[in-house]
Amino acid sequence: MCPREIVVSDHKLDPILRSDRLPHIWCPGCGLGPAMACFANAIQESDIPVDKHVCVSGIGCTGRVAGYLNVDSFHTTHGRAIPFATGLKLSNPDLKVTVFSGDGDLFAIGGNHMLHAARRNIDITVICVNNFNYGMTGGQLGPTTPYAARTTTTPYGNPEGPLNIPHLVAALGAVFVARWTVLHVRQLQKAIAYALNKEGFTFIEVLSPCPVGFGRPNDLGDGIDEMQFYRQQSIVDDRAPLESVGIDMSKESTLVLGNFVDRERPVYQPMGTEPPEQREQTAVYHPADPEVKAREAP
Amino acid sequence: MTVVRRPLDQSVLTIPRGQTYIIPQRCKGCRFCIDFCPKDVLEESTDINSKGYHYPVVSAGKEEACIQCTFCTLVCPEFAIYTEEIEPETL
Repeated sequence: MCPREIVVSDHKLDPILRSDRLPHIWCPGCGLGPAMACFANAIQESDIPVDKHVCVSGIGCTGRVAGYLNVDSFHTTHGRAIPFATGLKLSNPDLKVTVFSGDGDLFAIGGNHMLHAARRNIDITVICVNNFNYGMTGGQLGPTTPYAARTTTTPYGNPEGPLNIPHLVAALGAVFVARWTVLHVRQLQKAIAYALNKEGFTFIEVLSPCPVGFGRPNDLGDGIDEMQFYRQQSIVDDRAPLESVGIDMSKESTLVLGNFVDRERPVYQPMGTEPPEQREQTAVYHPADPEVKAREAP
Repeated sequence: MTVVRRPLDQSVLTIPRGQTYIIPQRCKGCRFCIDFCPKDVLEESTDINSKGYHYPVVSAGKEEACIQCTFCTLVCPEFAIYTEEIEPETL
């Protein structure tokens, strides 16, 4: 006969968390905790040592993940997580850089950085937690707020159409694009672990309940009710046409999840910084370059 | 004569089992672990923690029902519950 439950003071993930800062500030029913747990598990599973991992985040509820993880981390200004991560990766290519931020940070104020980082195929992993609104500042309209949804700044319904994030990021040229919800923890953890090991710009959208900011004005109920909604309305289709995977969050709508894109493209590498054996084919030398002169001499 | 069908490898099959560990002070009462436990092992406590939330406890009679699927560990937003594998149950 085993005991019922054992009350302890430490969690088994505590070595990779800054447990002195727990409990975190996120509301009851928020999905950021499971997303962070999946990322922490994926870091522990990956072959890369923990001290080579870096977590960069922007501003917002999701931005606080960098402060709760016990890896090297940086909490950047609003929207500038990707430029910081780009510089970090290019100056120290040994690091495994992950950007963990929200939809408002990455696609509203940081939209242009997302566009160009994906186009260049910089070797970073981006995890975007999408809660359909600006949660930290009081539930305002964001770029992913579904059409006709109510928020603090659109009390009569959102007149704008939302971004279809996987379609956009795939069009920009990311080599891996996935979407999961925080209910699909095993699939999410596997997708993050895969993205960490894949070279190039890898992107994972994570749908998360925001019971206080988005759930309450839209009658979605508590966090648990939105999780039940994910459970009932989600379908997994890796080959879904990406133009059709937009989200409207109405009661009968479906959420299409899956690892949509997995392809190979050359990774961004500044000219002249390649290993010497590759330099012969790619680098362009000036005719006055002494190396070229020496090679052309009979 | 009754024929009882039993798998050929029944002697080597085991059912994994887990022991639940709880950190009541971290819980914020979201019920994710309670509602999504596939074996309905957990229920809300009658006590409250210092923040006023009912944390999860193992229901009476479900002490040996945990199958170590670790879903509560993964889905808990507060890092307040986890399970550890213990000696499996033999058939």
